[in-house]
Amino acid sequence: MASDAIAIPSLPVVSDRPWIQTLHDWLTTVDHKRLGILYVLYGLFFLVIGGIEAIIMRIQLMRPHNDFVSPQVFNRMFTMHGTTMIFFMVMPMVFGFANYLVPLMIGARDMAFPRLNAFSFWLTALGGLLLYFSFLGGSGLYGAGNAPDVGWWAYAPLAARAFSPGHSSDYWTISLLVSGFGSIGTAINIIATVLCMRCPGMKLNRMPLLAWLNLIMAGMVLFAITPLSAAQLMLLVDRYLGGHFFDTQAGGSAVLWMHFFWIFGHPEVYVLVIPAFAFMSEIIPVFSRKPIFGYPVMVAATVCIGFVSMSVWAHHMFTVGMNSYANSFFAITTMAVGIPTGIKIFNWIGTMWGGRIQFKTPMLFSIAFLFQFLVAGLTGIIQSSAPVDWQLSLSYFVVAHFHYVIVGAIVFAIFAAFYYWYPKVIGRMLSEKLGKWHFWLFVIGFHLTFDTMHIPGLLGMPRRIYTYEPGRGWDTLNFIVSIGGIIQAIAVLVFVANMIISYWKGAKAGNDPWDAWTLEWSVSSPPPAYNFASIPVVESRRPLWDLKHPEDPDSRYE
Amino acid sequence: MRRTNNSITARGFQILALVFWFTVAAVAQSATRPTNTNIFAPESTPAKSIVDLSIFVLVITGIIFVAVGTLLVYVVVKFRDKATDTGREPAQVYGSNQIELAWTVIPVLIVVVLFLATARVIHAIQDAPKPASAFEVTVIGHQFWWEFRYPKLGIVTANELHIPVSDPAHPTPTFLKLLSADTDHSFWVPQLGGKTDLVPNRVNEMWIDPHRTGVFLGQCAQYCGVQHAKMLLRVSVDTPEDFDAWARAQQKAPTDDAAVTAGRRVFEATACINCHSISGTAANGHFGPDLTHLMSRRTIASGAAENTPENLRLWIRTPDAIKPGSLMPAMNLNEQDVDALVRYLETLQ
Repeated sequence: MASDAIAIPSLPVVSDRPWIQTLHDWLTTVDHKRLGILYVLYGLFFLVIGGIEAIIMRIQLMRPHNDFVSPQVFNRMFTMHGTTMIFFMVMPMVFGFANYLVPLMIGARDMAFPRLNAFSFWLTALGGLLLYFSFLGGSGLYGAGNAPDVGWWAYAPLAARAFSPGHSSDYWTISLLVSGFGSIGTAINIIATVLCMRCPGMKLNRMPLLAWLNLIMAGMVLFAITPLSAAQLMLLVDRYLGGHFFDTQAGGSAVLWMHFFWIFGHPEVYVLVIPAFAFMSEIIPVFSRKPIFGYPVMVAATVCIGFVSMSVWAHHMFTVGMNSYANSFFAITTMAVGIPTGIKIFNWIGTMWGGRIQFKTPMLFSIAFLFQFLVAGLTGIIQSSAPVDWQLSLSYFVVAHFHYVIVGAIVFAIFAAFYYWYPKVIGRMLSEKLGKWHFWLFVIGFHLTFDTMHIPGLLGMPRRIYTYEPGRGWDTLNFIVSIGGIIQAIAVLVFVANMIISYWKGAKAGNDPWDAWTLEWSVSSPPPAYNFASIPVVESRRPLWDLKHPEDPDSRYE
Repeated sequence: MRRTNNSITARGFQILALVFWFTVAAVAQSATRPTNTNIFAPESTPAKSIVDLSIFVLVITGIIFVAVGTLLVYVVVKFRDKATDTGREPAQVYGSNQIELAWTVIPVLIVVVLFLATARVIHAIQDAPKPASAFEVTVIGHQFWWEFRYPKLGIVTANELHIPVSDPAHPTPTFLKLLSADTDHSFWVPQLGGKTDLVPNRVNEMWIDPHRTGVFLGQCAQYCGVQHAKMLLRVSVDTPEDFDAWARAQQKAPTDDAAVTAGRRVFEATACINCHSISGTAANGHFGPDLTHLMSRRTIASGAAENTPENLRLWIRTPDAIKPGSLMPAMNLNEQDVDALVRYLETLQ
């Protein structure tokens, strides 16, 4: 009986199977690695779609009074760009990496609930399809379709039926509701996996930081997505069942929607950026050849960010007329988030201090992450000062700031993660040469776009305008921003080409191409379906270091 | 392979530096050109105290940026993997509680300082008492234009706010009561103050006290629908004498010119009167701007076009040509009626 349980059939060779069988395998899979790949591919697809929407906006804004697209189309573009990039690009990406990596890093054979995992992915997938189906069905019986155009915050009462007839806003609402349930499912799964599936010896304080940070992220998802889902349900009640939660014409409150949205929206920023921190906390040590500096402090700082970020949401609402006490409260909580965040930056620099830094592509993206995240954090501090925000809020300065976070930090970290773990997932290395082209093009495009974008905000340019008046000093700046956007798009094409070419042509990776220390590098690349033939036993935070350096194992110091 | 990578890196740095200087030059050129929406050119007390606070915050964050950025560059250069290094791993350091404590305490102190400076300005602007000499205007946001009501003067106008200049020795600040008729909007004239939202079913307030006369530009900052972009805003700050003259002109009823009776009849006989008001006529609609003194305004369509006869004609015939998606419908009038109507509107001084 015991020997039967150990006999695990090896993976069938893919080329022997008919394609329909392969497709069926992927569609019905409950394997965390395949679901992780599906999540990431799904996110990549929407990265390209959201990028196209961004480029359309940037062409329109290249010069004043341009008429490349109509205001209606432009408004749909920024609504869809924001919704897509947050909910269907970054969220699936970070969930995909978490799905793939967490079980491997904690020595488990799968997630705690494999079927819930598949269910969550397909819910998210359905959400994205629903959102984009609005291009066809958004006007319902009225005829031609149209996508939602109420902005990705869908502020009340603009999303009420009086101002948003047809079904485009409903597609937005239901798509976020559906994908939100998917996110909650995945979050529960990650929490259960991390808490219950660790291999022998993997105490909580020996977990790789990636597992720790994803645990915190998952906990935050539970607190952040639920108010959003509640608000979506209330909006649906308003729109179809005669409710008046946000219906200002019947005594409802527009500000209530803002509170619901931002009590989701701000923790959401950290839901997205904490996995980026997780990638950094794995990649920077390996390419500095040193363990992470201050492991317990890194965990504590992240938990602290998780808690404090729950009490900062109304800094998105400094202009809605809260009283001076509320404004002061949300100013200080927002500034306070900077403290644990700063500690994390210092600890990453401390990790590099005294190391031997290797400038492989993942590390290049990580160093750029550190620099850009520093700037993003500091422009955040500038805006946390409520009176300064009365000028900067809703201007292009804010747009530059949060793109610095989401592109400069999160997307750079995701690219670093791609270059770092692609060899594990595919079994072949990504080309370093194309990787460096990708990196430099993206860095140049990024800074051209988002450094410059701060300035029109200071010169009084509001966001979400499809065109602007000449003679306000915005013209040249917007032109530069648009050129940078196009360079970034070229860089992403180089990246996609690199992934496709390396899939067939890349050098064989072997189990452990980076000489790394966590458990995923102990198995073959790609890992077998069952991950570990026998469940490993660990004695320190860096089990592979212990194996490679038996004369000086980590377990001696912890 | 290694050579190739190094040359890509070197060229990357070169291009990055070039791009940096190009951007700096363009930014410097744009930022130094005189514009009237620059937040660093304040002309009113709230805007001025915000600039002072901004500079304080910028200096502190700038110092942090230079310090941490330099540290980062130093670490990357100093601890890079050199060709001379042997394959040995560097010393494995796990952390240091003293260092962690140091880089926790310093940010805490910085936050305390920033917060105190911030709270002071929040209080100074938001809790400023309203002096007896304060001037009051009610601002009502509409899709996609501004309505201004002067309750004490009995004036209703649109899109171009006239207020008296405030002499710092004898301040006459203007207190704005902010309301919305439909969706959220935001009142933003960068040189006069920060922005405050106009939220339906809610009363907000802000104040400005411009120190010099002139026209200050701004626009709606909170996304409010299709034509959010062309919901422009002009604030004309007048000397007390000019302001009084303007107010007296606004309070007068329009002169009834017999030469344009035909145009007036067109106005009163079509759907114009459902949305617009002209005092002394049958027109008393409230969805669109009050036109009683239309010709006293320099722009139409909330600043989207100059107020010229040609633009008025275009606006009446095809509003979408000036402001696509605006709520003004194309009236489908024949040529004669449009001519008559424009001639009539031109008499509304």
